[in-house]
Amino acid sequence: MPTEPAIEVAELSKEYRVHRRAPGTRATLRSIFRRQYETVQAVSGLSFRVAAGERIGFLGPNGAGKTTTLKVLAGLLHPTSGSVRVVGHEPRRRERAFLERITLVMGQKQQLLWDLPPADTFALNRAVYDVPQARFDETMAELTELLALESIMYKPTRQLSLGERMRCELATALLHRPQVLFLDEPTIGLDVTMQATMREFIRSYNERHGATVLLTSHYMADVAALCPRVIVIGQGRLLHDGALDALVRRLAPEKLVDLKLLRPVDAADLARFGTVVEHGDARVVLRVAQAELRDAVAGVLAALPVADLTVTDPPLEDVMQRLFSSAP
Amino acid sequence: MTGAVTGAVTGAVKELGRIVRVFPALLKVGLAEAIAYRAEFVVWMLTTTLPLVMLALWSAVAREAPVGRFGEAEFTAYFLGALVVRTLTGSWVVWEMNQEIRTGTLSMRLLRPIHPFVAYAGEHLAAIPMRAAIALPAVFVMVALVGGERFTRDPRLLALAPLALAGAWAITFLAMLVIGSLGLFIQKSVALFEVWLGLFAVLSGYLVPLELLPPWLRAVSAWLPFRYMLGFPVEVLVGLATPAQAVAGLAAQAAWALGLAVLAAVVWRAGLRRFEAHGG
Repeated sequence: MPTEPAIEVAELSKEYRVHRRAPGTRATLRSIFRRQYETVQAVSGLSFRVAAGERIGFLGPNGAGKTTTLKVLAGLLHPTSGSVRVVGHEPRRRERAFLERITLVMGQKQQLLWDLPPADTFALNRAVYDVPQARFDETMAELTELLALESIMYKPTRQLSLGERMRCELATALLHRPQVLFLDEPTIGLDVTMQATMREFIRSYNERHGATVLLTSHYMADVAALCPRVIVIGQGRLLHDGALDALVRRLAPEKLVDLKLLRPVDAADLARFGTVVEHGDARVVLRVAQAELRDAVAGVLAALPVADLTVTDPPLEDVMQRLFSSAP
Repeated sequence: MTGAVTGAVTGAVKELGRIVRVFPALLKVGLAEAIAYRAEFVVWMLTTTLPLVMLALWSAVAREAPVGRFGEAEFTAYFLGALVVRTLTGSWVVWEMNQEIRTGTLSMRLLRPIHPFVAYAGEHLAAIPMRAAIALPAVFVMVALVGGERFTRDPRLLALAPLALAGAWAITFLAMLVIGSLGLFIQKSVALFEVWLGLFAVLSGYLVPLELLPPWLRAVSAWLPFRYMLGFPVEVLVGLATPAQAVAGLAAQAAWALGLAVLAAVVWRAGLRRFEAHGG
């Protein structure tokens, strides 16, 4: 068993110098002679470690530094300061041995050759990554089955739907059996069924090959379903590193109690059990502090004409919203 | 010390072995792309037929009286030669590099364990057989119609002609890599490419055989790479050059190719450092 962490990030900072220009022709002309720059701090003092085989959700609002961090980890960007190691390599050197062990999938950028069927890209990648034919056939068979590629891999890429293309994109990225997967928005733009398919696939790849997965996603459902551990960053800083439910408990020490009623109830009768979030004739939602949940549920059942009762966590989106708005 | 040298040599040999193994796959993809782009291909063929236009023009002029040592037949041979050379050596990697830099797909290329230059070279060399298959039969027909005796029969020149073509391809391709790599610094290196194409048209012998240019312009062209991209290989094919001149020309081609290869590597490396600092 390897004892070395798959990913090790220590005090990573990355800043960009961005060319700044006001709108308008005059400003454009002026900028030819005197360029004004502004330094943007994309990531600052970020540290975390990931063990081999972990699935990590990487969360944060737009511009939080998620993609920058992934690009640094993949070796596309050089850190301004701090150190990064991935499977024992320094990513910025982009050594062959390193590139053969990682993959980066960006939902917005593609590797597939646009005018040719995906099968041609697969064959090219086999050669580029020097994958032995027998192992290629085996991997290809596995990917074909799990991602249902059979009917799409011989059509020109430009004729594929977004979902079909993403499936092939993922297959392309995994043909060399990387040990570390950096997935940046792998499900963006996909419908709910397709998202679920991709999620299942990522999980099964991780389990079959013990690969480490670091994934960013806008869809909380992706993260909740896939990642036992989440790393949350905001404005380039670490806000949370740990289990998802711990985060939810910490940030939202309240539960939602969803009631189906046999007949309408007055607001006043509801308010003594918790905060009323929704109030309809047949359905009511109450927000109740974690500590008072037991008493509240018992009281509701005893005092109100309840047909059905469920207790849930507040939606992850709300929790995240709260986390980001509380960030310094 | 010896260990380090041996290590470097084995490393280089291994890398070369990999390139040799990857090349067939790259060629296959390049060929498939050339076939997939059939429509663009026709457009390309039409734009590359400028030598035929020049042929008609100059033949008309030469019908009155020969220009220098160029009569109607010489012009015909020269511009058909130019068509062959351009067909076999033209390269437009600049467009591709520029687009990849602007859209950020360059990132995906950088994450593959193969040097982008090698990948570009493979894809572009692959387009040549396809182009040749379409362009050369047409040329042969034309040569047969106008009389092939104007093409060289000198076995020494015929032996050197493939080398001159390879040299012309290398210089064209490497110059494209230099301009394409500049795209990492300036937003539109394609504009630079237009300037390059303009200079090429005048100084390579594409519009006018170089020996018909005013002396000062001919002197300028002698110190630039354009002549070695077109005029020189045409002169070898058509027999306007002596074997001694052909050998000297090949040496000049080698020097230009080497210089451009070094320049391309330097510009690419510097550009990548910028790319890695500021993000793509």
